[in-house]
Amino acid sequence: MSLTTDDVRRIARLARLEVSDAETEHTRDQLNGILSFIEQLQAVDTSGVTPMAHAVDVVQRLRPDAVTEADRRAAFQAVAPETEAGLYLVPQVIE
Amino acid sequence: MSQWEVVIGLETHAQLQTRSKIFSGAATAFGAEPNAQACAVDIALPGVLPVLNREAVVCAIKFGLAVGARIAPRSIFARKNYFYPDLPKGYQISQFEIPVVAGGGLAIQPEGGDVKFVRLTRAHLEEDAGKSLHEDFHGRTGIDLNRAGTPLLEIVTEPDMRSSAEAVAYARALHALVRWIGICDGNMQEGSFRCDANVSVRRPGGPLGTRREIKNLNSFRFLQAAIDYEIGWQINELEEGRAIHQATVLFDPDTGETRAMRSKEDAQDYRYFPDPDLLPLEITPAWVDEVKAALPELPAAMRERFAKDWGLSAYDAATLTATRETAAWFEACVATAGPGLAKPCANWVMGELAARLNREGLEIGASPLSPAQLAGLVARIADNTISHKIGRDVFEALWAGEGADADAVIAAKGLKQVTDVSAIEPIIDEVLANNRKSVEEFRAGKEKAFNALVGQVMKATRGKASPAQVNELLKRKLGG
Repeated sequence: MSLTTDDVRRIARLARLEVSDAETEHTRDQLNGILSFIEQLQAVDTSGVTPMAHAVDVVQRLRPDAVTEADRRAAFQAVAPETEAGLYLVPQVIE
Repeated sequence: MSQWEVVIGLETHAQLQTRSKIFSGAATAFGAEPNAQACAVDIALPGVLPVLNREAVVCAIKFGLAVGARIAPRSIFARKNYFYPDLPKGYQISQFEIPVVAGGGLAIQPEGGDVKFVRLTRAHLEEDAGKSLHEDFHGRTGIDLNRAGTPLLEIVTEPDMRSSAEAVAYARALHALVRWIGICDGNMQEGSFRCDANVSVRRPGGPLGTRREIKNLNSFRFLQAAIDYEIGWQINELEEGRAIHQATVLFDPDTGETRAMRSKEDAQDYRYFPDPDLLPLEITPAWVDEVKAALPELPAAMRERFAKDWGLSAYDAATLTATRETAAWFEACVATAGPGLAKPCANWVMGELAARLNREGLEIGASPLSPAQLAGLVARIADNTISHKIGRDVFEALWAGEGADADAVIAAKGLKQVTDVSAIEPIIDEVLANNRKSVEEFRAGKEKAFNALVGQVMKATRGKASPAQVNELLKRKLGG
């Protein structure tokens, strides 16, 4: 599998990354380089091996259902770029 | 329209009734000041880590058991990547390849239709997003992250429904179930229970058509109206030779129309991958058994028991199990009155009591009349101490708090039915003497005149005579 420059542009848009035209080809080559490593990994026979989501064989620790967080809105909003009426303000998003 | 078949699948987001959020210790209570319940994890400050709430998992297990699904012994949390300020991490923590609940289903019955089984594909745990407020911020959008991180169970059906009526019946059945097992408060105005409908049409027997997804329907009425509009729109498009394109649409309750929100081409590329911050969720058989033991009797089982043990009709059993509170109230009533009086208890709960609660806008739990008080009343009607009609007066008195039980009201108001023949006979004689015309009409063959006489006697006894006894005595006197 190898990526085209169009793929690179699309992935960049999904990830909200700005990749200039000059960088596109270079980025494509780097990504294809990574994919070729993965191709080597895929050569290993994994039939009979349960797919793993994590590298360690540990399960999730669970938390009791209790409210442990106090209201720290004032502290959080002191470092926010823009707030009003307790809300965080962001550039307008239109659906 | 008959040449098109409608195919509907529903995705429902049920907010789980936990005190704290799914991955943080912030509170989930509705209606707090904006962002007062959004902690460092919820607003995605760098360096924070999610820790899973055990109770959210218990809710998912309860649901899985209630719909006869498989509970995954090991399920995985995944990142669903999209950029929107209502989830500042840039992704939603959800489940993708291995959800916590798979399979199962729900029996539904659309109004006037047959019982149908709707299969569930899956139910998975995920976090809710915050809210965006688009008005009044000088061209900016205001973000309230109180809701961000509220635990959700997303419940997905197979495309098994064939009409908006079936979709509504399913949504109602699911709504009743999640409240019954106590995992969701079902408050649709507050957004605790929200439906997305996937709608497509096809030629019967043909391949599935392209679907459009109607988002965020927060009432059963809107669900029905949105699906009906969408079906009409899609059929019209196809009949005019245009193709349906996959899209997410919104329903506008003001116009009753659906309109496309965004094309799914890009938006749907969520690039799911296992969340490295969360390890696999393990649910042991012992844990499932523990949850199962604490699960209340399910409505379907209770309906069956009401019908089998107490001889109630399917309709009565369904009405009485509409909510767990109603069922508990009714059961408490029968427990006092005795199983032999289950049917009259049911009639009073579904009739007089339901009407009165409805009129006053009360939930059954807030009824001023207790189950034991109603049981006492039903028993006094059953043993002929009072007539059904007087029973209504006793009901009103008990409702108003005039007396501790039916016996006290009956004694205090002198409502005891008069069954002593020597007390009734003189009254009948008097009525006959004062209503010669009716007596003659009856003798001339007019049955109606007889009823008028019964009415006069009942009136003269202020309803305290037994209508059956009055009937009998009158017949004897008129016949002789």
